[in-house]
Amino acid sequence: MDLARSIARHGRSIARFWSSSLAAEMEYQLNLLIEVAATLITLAGSLFTLSLFFGHGQKLGGWSWDAALVVLGIYTLLNGFSSTLLRPNLGNLVKQVQSGGLDFVLLKPMDSQLWVSVRTLSPWGLPEMALGLALVTIGTSRSGVRPDASALLTGGLMLLAGITILYSLWFVLAATSIWFVKIWNATEVLRSLLAAGQYPVSAYPSPLRLLFSTLLPVAFLTTVPAQAILGLASGRSLMAGLAFGGLSLVASRRLWLFALRHYTSASS
Amino acid sequence: MSLRPSLGRRRTGGSPAGRALAFALRIARALFVSQYALMLEFRAEILLWALSGLLPLLMFSLWSGAPAGAAAGISHQAFARYFLAAFVVRQFTVVWVVYAFEEDNLLGRLSPLLLQPLPLVWRYAAAHLAEQATRLPFVVVMVALFFLAVPEAAWIPSPTRLLLALLAAHLGFWLNFLLQHAITMLCFWSERASALERFLFMPYLFLSGMLAPLDLYPEAVRRFALLTPFPSMLYLPAQLASGAPVDAVAGFRTVALWMAVLIPLNLWLWRAGVRRYAAMGG
Repeated sequence: MDLARSIARHGRSIARFWSSSLAAEMEYQLNLLIEVAATLITLAGSLFTLSLFFGHGQKLGGWSWDAALVVLGIYTLLNGFSSTLLRPNLGNLVKQVQSGGLDFVLLKPMDSQLWVSVRTLSPWGLPEMALGLALVTIGTSRSGVRPDASALLTGGLMLLAGITILYSLWFVLAATSIWFVKIWNATEVLRSLLAAGQYPVSAYPSPLRLLFSTLLPVAFLTTVPAQAILGLASGRSLMAGLAFGGLSLVASRRLWLFALRHYTSASS
Repeated sequence: MSLRPSLGRRRTGGSPAGRALAFALRIARALFVSQYALMLEFRAEILLWALSGLLPLLMFSLWSGAPAGAAAGISHQAFARYFLAAFVVRQFTVVWVVYAFEEDNLLGRLSPLLLQPLPLVWRYAAAHLAEQATRLPFVVVMVALFFLAVPEAAWIPSPTRLLLALLAAHLGFWLNFLLQHAITMLCFWSERASALERFLFMPYLFLSGMLAPLDLYPEAVRRFALLTPFPSMLYLPAQLASGAPVDAVAGFRTVALWMAVLIPLNLWLWRAGVRRYAAMGG
């Protein structure tokens, strides 16, 4: 009962946060046009680059063109998610550590990690998410796969695990700014490494494949969800995806609690 | 640093043109030295920026194992050399003038700089060259690491090729600088001109040859790409350095043509923009 009430209360707060952010962003309507154009051009370029790997009936790491579209679609979806929620919020966190504004966040009657993670919503990543979803649908149906309920469920679960891992990577980087104030440049490195997720992980040579399924779990961001939707995922990779998703969430929580103990505000 | 005595020193004799040149060289040296000292303070950040340019090496690992690469007749070794060269060229052609200028404009730092008897562009150009000098040791280390990982790719370009590649890379930097500088001038009209930089970066990403050597593109796309300025910033110098066949004459002609368009355009935008300038925060 208490839990239900707490969830409802947090849900109401988040709805207020997002509607006010939307109202603020709607002042810049020209942005929507710019973002849609930029997203379309980027997607066209990515599709073109991907097509170079599939010249004359060739495959890439054992993946067909249609199946690789699903991977690219999930990458696009996650990229849109990053611009909608992760980059604006976690960029703010770094600014709040620099300015000392985090003091006021810690005083609010709401979990501080939740607050810094969901406070704003930038609608400009939404077209990209929609396009990514469309690409996933197109790739799946062109592959001749009709996902049944269990494939959709595991696919959704793996996508959730991928989103959790992505969130944790960004959050860990942002939270480290409590010690290293200028950490935000490191996000450019993270972004450039995550670009590896545009292609199926089996297309990389084995040392990189190992890196992408352990330390930098790019495989669980795009390849494993795509395999799950296409009904190709092995039980082992599904379990590993779930484990990685859960562990990364726990790790981000532990790091946040630990970091707060070291937080000394900006003016002191 | 003893900048002032060297700037103020009088030279007697020589033609007026010679004196003017010597004066310009002293200014250039002073600008570079001071900007280099500034950039050294930010070396940790510059290392991170250098690391964020790993994309060509990622593409190498994909292409070297892809059946499509072998089918096009490009060997593992050729891919390694091309993408390593592309990585190095990218490091020394990165341009960020629009972000620096926009920040200076919004924070009101532009007004005192505009009063100086030196066109602003030289200050930003010197900052870019100083940043490249700061990157140099990082790039050397990364190239050494690459050769340790892929020893069969190690090579030394012929002196002519190396010289041409260095020239092409440096001209590529100026071309990139001029393109972005044109957008930078729009800061005089808009507060968020840097948002337009994406529309420069996207064609650069897909047409410069960063993701694949242009020889792998379909003929029509390749020919279109070669008309744009973007391959001159990456593909041309990378092909020259890696020893792959390339039409260097046509490449340098494209560079010259785009320079002939961009230099007058930039001058015109600068003159029109400065006339509109109204200080921020006044």
